[in-house]
Amino acid sequence: MLSLLPVQKLLRQLPAGPAGRPKKTAGGDTAEEVTSPVLATEAGQPTCYSALRAEELRPLATTKPMVATGTGPPPRHDDLKEMLDSNKDSLKLEAMKRIVAMIARGKNASDLFPAVVKNVACKNIEVKKLVYVYLVRYAEEQQDLALLSISTFQRGLKDPNQLIRASALRVLSSIRVPIIVPIMMLAIKEAASDMSPYVRKTAAHAIPKLYSLDSDQKDQLIEVIEKLLADKTTLVAGSVVMAFEEVCPERIDLIHKNYRKLCNLLIDVEEWGQVVIINMLTRYARTQFLSPNQNESLLEESAEKAFYGSEDEDAKDAKAEAASLAKRKPYVMDPDHRLLLRNTKPLLQSRNAAVVMAVAQLYFHLAPKAEVGVIAKALVRLLRSHSEVQYVVLQNVATMSIKRRGMFEPYLKSFYIRSTDPTQIKILKLEVLTNLANETNISTILREFQTYIRSMDKDFVAATIQAIGRCATNIGKVRDTCLNGLVQLLSNRDELVVAESVVVIKKLLQMQPAQHSEIIKHMAKLTDNIQVPMARASILWLIGEYCEHVPKIAPDVLRKMAKSFTNEEDIVKLQVINLAAKLYLTNSKQSKLLTQYVLNLAKYDQNYDIRDRARFIRQLIVPTEKSGALNKYAKKLFLAQKPAPILESSFKDRDHFQLGSLSHLLNTKAVGYQELPDWPDEAPDPSVRNVEVPEWTKCTSREKRKEKVEKPFYSDSEGESGPTESADSEPESVSEESGSSSSSSSSSSGSEEEDEDEEEGSGEQSEDKEEEEEKRLKRKEKEGSQKAASGSTGSLSEEEEEEEGAKKAKKKKAPQGRKGHAETSSEEASASESSSSGSDYGSETEAKQRKAPTRAGPKEISLLDLDDFTPPPPQPIPSSSIVSTSLVTDLEGLTLTDTSLAPALLSPAFGAVRTYELLHRMAGEGLSVEYCFSRRPFPGDPHMVAVQIQISNNTDAEVKSLRVSEPKPLSGMRIQEFPEIERLAPGDTVSVVMGIDFCDSTQAANFQLCTHTRHFYVSIQPPVGELMAPVFMSENEFKKEQEHLARLGEGKLMGMSEITEKVTLPEKCRSDHAIVQQVTSAANVGRVPCGADNEYRFAAKTVTSGSLVLITLERREGAAAQLIVNSEKMVIGTMLVKDIVQALAQ
Amino acid sequence: MLDNGFPLATESNILKELIKPPTILRTVVNTITGSTNVGDQLPTGQLSVVPWRRTGVKYTNNEAYFDVIEEIDAIIDKSGSTITAEIQGVIDACVKLTGMPDLTLSFMNPRLLDDVSFHPCVRFKRWESERILSFIPPDGNFRLLSYHVSAQNLVAIPVYVKHNISFRDSSSLGRFEITVGPKQTMGKTVEGVMVTSQMPKGVLNMTLTPSQGTHIFDPVTKLLSWDVGKINPQKLPSLKGSMTLQAGTSKPDENPTINLQFKIQQLAISGLKVNRLDMYGEKYKPFKGIKYMTKAGKFQVRT
Repeated sequence: MLSLLPVQKLLRQLPAGPAGRPKKTAGGDTAEEVTSPVLATEAGQPTCYSALRAEELRPLATTKPMVATGTGPPPRHDDLKEMLDSNKDSLKLEAMKRIVAMIARGKNASDLFPAVVKNVACKNIEVKKLVYVYLVRYAEEQQDLALLSISTFQRGLKDPNQLIRASALRVLSSIRVPIIVPIMMLAIKEAASDMSPYVRKTAAHAIPKLYSLDSDQKDQLIEVIEKLLADKTTLVAGSVVMAFEEVCPERIDLIHKNYRKLCNLLIDVEEWGQVVIINMLTRYARTQFLSPNQNESLLEESAEKAFYGSEDEDAKDAKAEAASLAKRKPYVMDPDHRLLLRNTKPLLQSRNAAVVMAVAQLYFHLAPKAEVGVIAKALVRLLRSHSEVQYVVLQNVATMSIKRRGMFEPYLKSFYIRSTDPTQIKILKLEVLTNLANETNISTILREFQTYIRSMDKDFVAATIQAIGRCATNIGKVRDTCLNGLVQLLSNRDELVVAESVVVIKKLLQMQPAQHSEIIKHMAKLTDNIQVPMARASILWLIGEYCEHVPKIAPDVLRKMAKSFTNEEDIVKLQVINLAAKLYLTNSKQSKLLTQYVLNLAKYDQNYDIRDRARFIRQLIVPTEKSGALNKYAKKLFLAQKPAPILESSFKDRDHFQLGSLSHLLNTKAVGYQELPDWPDEAPDPSVRNVEVPEWTKCTSREKRKEKVEKPFYSDSEGESGPTESADSEPESVSEESGSSSSSSSSSSGSEEEDEDEEEGSGEQSEDKEEEEEKRLKRKEKEGSQKAASGSTGSLSEEEEEEEGAKKAKKKKAPQGRKGHAETSSEEASASESSSSGSDYGSETEAKQRKAPTRAGPKEISLLDLDDFTPPPPQPIPSSSIVSTSLVTDLEGLTLTDTSLAPALLSPAFGAVRTYELLHRMAGEGLSVEYCFSRRPFPGDPHMVAVQIQISNNTDAEVKSLRVSEPKPLSGMRIQEFPEIERLAPGDTVSVVMGIDFCDSTQAANFQLCTHTRHFYVSIQPPVGELMAPVFMSENEFKKEQEHLARLGEGKLMGMSEITEKVTLPEKCRSDHAIVQQVTSAANVGRVPCGADNEYRFAAKTVTSGSLVLITLERREGAAAQLIVNSEKMVIGTMLVKDIVQALAQ
Repeated sequence: MLDNGFPLATESNILKELIKPPTILRTVVNTITGSTNVGDQLPTGQLSVVPWRRTGVKYTNNEAYFDVIEEIDAIIDKSGSTITAEIQGVIDACVKLTGMPDLTLSFMNPRLLDDVSFHPCVRFKRWESERILSFIPPDGNFRLLSYHVSAQNLVAIPVYVKHNISFRDSSSLGRFEITVGPKQTMGKTVEGVMVTSQMPKGVLNMTLTPSQGTHIFDPVTKLLSWDVGKINPQKLPSLKGSMTLQAGTSKPDENPTINLQFKIQQLAISGLKVNRLDMYGEKYKPFKGIKYMTKAGKFQVRT
């Protein structure tokens, strides 16, 4: 009672407003009086003592009113408000301290928001800091009021002191108010180019905060990240990589240029930054370099085999075989890979356990086997630190020790267990020791285990017995010793130990039961004493299973068990039934009645499992008239050979998680876990990491490009033409399968091919999308030109000329910078490239020839439709070629570089270009005109669609001054005529290009085609697919745009901007290739890379208005598919859907 | 310290700058002037190239102390033979030097160090090539280096324990006898010896008489601790007596392990010796001091 008094007094005095402060201390003193009157009577208390009292009381003072008013009306903080409104900083500080203390204790202080926010401009830095803490906590709840404070931070962002700039940004970015996202974005962008590295670091920290607030900002944030990644200061490096990991870990391409810099800076980065960078670089290296152990894996195949599932193994075998067949050249480590290993090694000496662990996992995942050993020492060192660190390190060591046993063998003794270790540490150490056990050290380990068995920690003893069991299974030499040891344990006084031993012995005996009838007999005796159900069940199972080895004892055991049946646990009862059944089958004479008895008991058991089992077994073993055919096989059913269980480590499959990660620790995939990619089969281009003087970059990038073009050709002819062939004949997979099954030689070649394909695939995947896209374009472009080249022997086709003409024009118009690049490159490399492309021709023509039949298909049909007289498709006419041959050869080299000039301009799609008739030869009196959409950008005007017109003169007279006249365009439509053709000799064909701006409508363009004698009214009606030009975008951009469009639609009417259609894909149009081809032939769209493999995405812009058209084709099961077209232009969308559906149905 | 969960400043010197650690003097000053321990300057340390060192350090007495402390981790088995023993050493420093001193510390026998980890201030390259520790020290106390002398090297065990602990099956009494003695101490005295042992659950009480020091047996936690103090080689300390066991239960099948703590001043058991300490970059002559000590780490005797 007495002790309560001071507190009550205190409480009464507390709600006394701002003046309550001094009173409170007075209250404290009265408390003093009561408890220690001696001290209170002393007038001159030591100052420090009273000060201490005051300090102590403060938390007390803030807690008590809360507790007191907790049940009553909501707390009013009038006193706090008044304190905050006062002029004195000390009062404000006091109030803020109390408020922050409330927040820390989880009390709601949000009603103070207005009063607190006012103080954001306070001069006192301490008050300011506390206000910031408050703001960060409550701004999300009171967004409108929080906006009041923003201007203060914005002012802070301009402060000359870098530290203030930084903290302003830090607080601003911590305030989670969606309205200020643009302000944050702006602030981050500005801070990213701040002079002070500290501010830039803070900017990097702010990026993930903004991203978590509004993930729509991703693209802009990536730009900032890209910029910051290029930063050369160590202060920034760690933070920006952290931001990178949070925001866009998939954009591994951003790292290329900074890779070497990061490696070199690494040692000077602060510790936590090092951890992040090392983890990121591990992932990077896994995608960019080859496995350093691939050669060894061939040699150690047998050793590795155990670690792979059978399927993997087969695949791996096949691959390895293929590799050995191909006589893969010896592995040479990429110098960049080596750089990473070299620069991280010193960090093993870090004092920070996290850094050491990060380096250790990097070495484990990336280093050649011979070098991984260096990490063992450092990890063993970490075992000295706190038990938390120990726990994590031991988990990782346990995983490593399975894969690389040799690594930790010298440190075996460091894993010996002390009685003072916590149990989970003991068990982990035991795990490691068991993993390390081999024939040479097993005796030491077993001796050590013997001491452990006597430990007081029973869980640990049980784990030790398990470990002994595992050692016995793994090392055949010591199996008998272990077994004997375990049998001795059976006479242990502790029941748990005995039970665990019984279970382990059971498993061990299963491996070689015949030799151990003695042990079984011994165990049979134990049934009298052991009470642990699991152990009893194990013994009964053993006796039942091997009743033939102990024919005399078994029935006796059954008799005893039958007696105690009703008192047994359920698992024991089940085993008794089991034993009875087995005995009945082997020794029915002695045990028939007993079995009947047991089954009868079981029939009336409380547990339905047991009743069910009894019923089932009775039907099975006791022959009756009704019992079915199974009766005969009862013996086979019950006494079948059972495989011995394999005792294995629980850490066996953990290494598919990145070591050191939370997922690895938990052995389940944690949220946000980034899968560690597998090594690529083919090294991606190492030159992407080259960073040198700007000219250099150009050069290398060009070299790289060339390489790219050359390299894929082999695979090209396989990968590209393969599907086309198969589309005609039969699916590739079938042929492959049959190949592999038929004979060994063909199978090896088949697998080799497959390997090749795979390599190509994975290589492409790992490369950044941009490059991939570029490459594909180039391939297409080249194919296009090659088609022409091979079609005409020696000279160029019209088409090519056209292109060159266009290019020439473009080149003239192109801005100086671009042009310079193109020209220099063409000049420098024209020789080499033309020669290289020349040499390529051989292989390409091959590919081309294979392709030829498919492409000829539609044309032949059209030939059949018309008469024989129809002019053949574009024929080269040497005389009409405007460009001189020398120029042609000059320009030939350009075709390679030209597309790279403007990667955004996409080249025409492959596949047949459809030609339409403009003027039939009958109607045109011998003059026939056809047109097609070349899908090249019209050189004069980007808003025009280029229409290639082919005019053939089938008359026997010359046609003169062929031109377009009197175009009658509809509103807004424009036509750019082709230059007048002076004369066209009989039998000749000429091809020209004209540009038409269709204004994004499918209205026909009408005009007159004039000759010197006649006028023909003609009209060109574009299919909707030709009204657009492909655009390049990444998957993310695509998604963003799609969302954007979808939202537009919501604003107006649903379905305004999105059209969805269900499609059934015909048989021949199910392969990736076919789908892409059909879509791209129906519309002039560019493919967008897509992560999911059952989805195809295409994007284009309408030529005139430039509005986006996004196509998504999602394949469902079987033939079903869903087509989604997003476009602002509803009409175009609808028509496009129709066209694509039609194209797909063909 | 943390920004959005990402560690921002963990360097203790910077944190101390932000909030000054409380001292009695400061508490007094704070009470009088009404100020707090929160630093009023901005933490400029984060900006410097050597983030671990404050700028503008000034001392009237410039001094640098280094403590070489080694801990022996060992497991000794029943018969007294060493199962495993290794040495974990640290060099803790207390550097109070004005300005920006650049120190180098060299060892007589650096090859001894099997595995080292450094404070970030140590220049790793120099260590790799010359085995010399070269660093700009943080201000005040810090751990310069921690090292490991592995079990492969023979580790001298400075003490031995003779024990005779037995439980008799029939009676409810057990015998308990421990003697601690010095061994390979290189002529130094073993001090601060402390023996602790976790007795089995069956032990109800112990009646023991120590030849020196004091002992406590806690019947709840079953923890026996014996504070021995200094070991006198002429008269070895011992603890003898009997244990009362719970009646009716069988004897515990395990013997307790004995944990040992001790200290040996002026000795680094691995034999590590600092050769010299030089200072560059500042004019004044500092006072330098080196101290060696060996301690028991996780020193366990199985019985």
